Amino acid sequence: MAEEIKKIMFTVRKPPHGSIYVYEGLEVKLIMAAYDADISVVFMDDGVYALKQGQDTKELGIKGFAATYGALMDYEIQKVYVDRHSMEIRGMTEDDLLIIGEDEETEEPVKPQVIDSQAIAAMMAEQHNILSF
Amino acid sequence: MKIAVCIYEGPYNHEASDSAYNFIKAAIDKGHEIQGIFFYHDGVYNVTKLMEPPQDDRHIANRWSALGATGIDIVVCIAAAKRRGIVDDVLVPNVRISGLGQLTMMTIQADRMVVFGD
Repeated sequence: MAEEIKKIMFTVRKPPHGSIYVYEGLEVKLIMAAYDADISVVFMDDGVYALKQGQDTKELGIKGFAATYGALMDYEIQKVYVDRHSMEIRGMTEDDLLIIGEDEETEEPVKPQVIDSQAIAAMMAEQHNILSF
Repeated sequence: MKIAVCIYEGPYNHEASDSAYNFIKAAIDKGHEIQGIFFYHDGVYNVTKLMEPPQDDRHIANRWSALGATGIDIVVCIAAAKRRGIVDDVLVPNVRISGLGQLTMMTIQADRMVVFGD
C-alpha cells in the first residue's frame, strides 16, 4: 500500500539577513520539495521581510537569495503564505511582496497568498511536522 | 512514538545542544524511539573531535558520539558542514555526514520532529 503523503510546513520567522537561518532554511525547502511530501511555507513575524521585493545585499557584502524565491513555483513549492498581521504591523502591503512564479495557465505572475493568523493556525493543526527557520 | 531531533546551534555557545541531549535521554527513558538526529546551521560544530573543553566540563562531542554508539543515526548536513570546515576527518565516531535528504526522510518518517535552536 502506498504511504500517505505527509504534510510538512515550514515557518519563516526570522529576518532574511543578520543570520543564516533563513538562507539555509531555503536550501532545505528546495531539497524537500523534490520528495513526496505536501510542502507549505508560511512567512510570519520578521520572516515577512524575506519576501520584500527589491532587496539589494551588495552593501552587506553577502550573496542575496531573494531571487531564488522567484523560482519557488519552479521547484514545485506552490503553497506559499504570508501572515497578514505580521506584514501589516511592519508597514508592508501585498504590493511589496516579490513574485514567486507564474500561473501555469494564465502565465500571470503569482505572489505569496496573504492570509490571517487563524487560517495559519488551522493549517498548522493539519501538519504532520513543522520546521521553523 | 518515533521522534526525530534537529539541532541548529553550536556547542557551549547556546543551550540548544544540551537541551536536545537531555530531551533525547528523557524520551528514550520513557520508551520512545529516536528516529534520528540531524545537525544543521552551526549545529554541525557539535560533533568535531577537535574540541577540547576544560576537563571539569561536559564533552559535548563525545556525548553525542556515545549516543551514536547506541545505534541512533546521527547525521551532519553536508552543505552546512562544508560551509563551516567540518569534514569526515574531524568527526567523532558514530556520526556521519550526509545530505538534506536525510532530514527530509526523518521529517516524513518520524511522528514528531523536534527542533532545538533560536
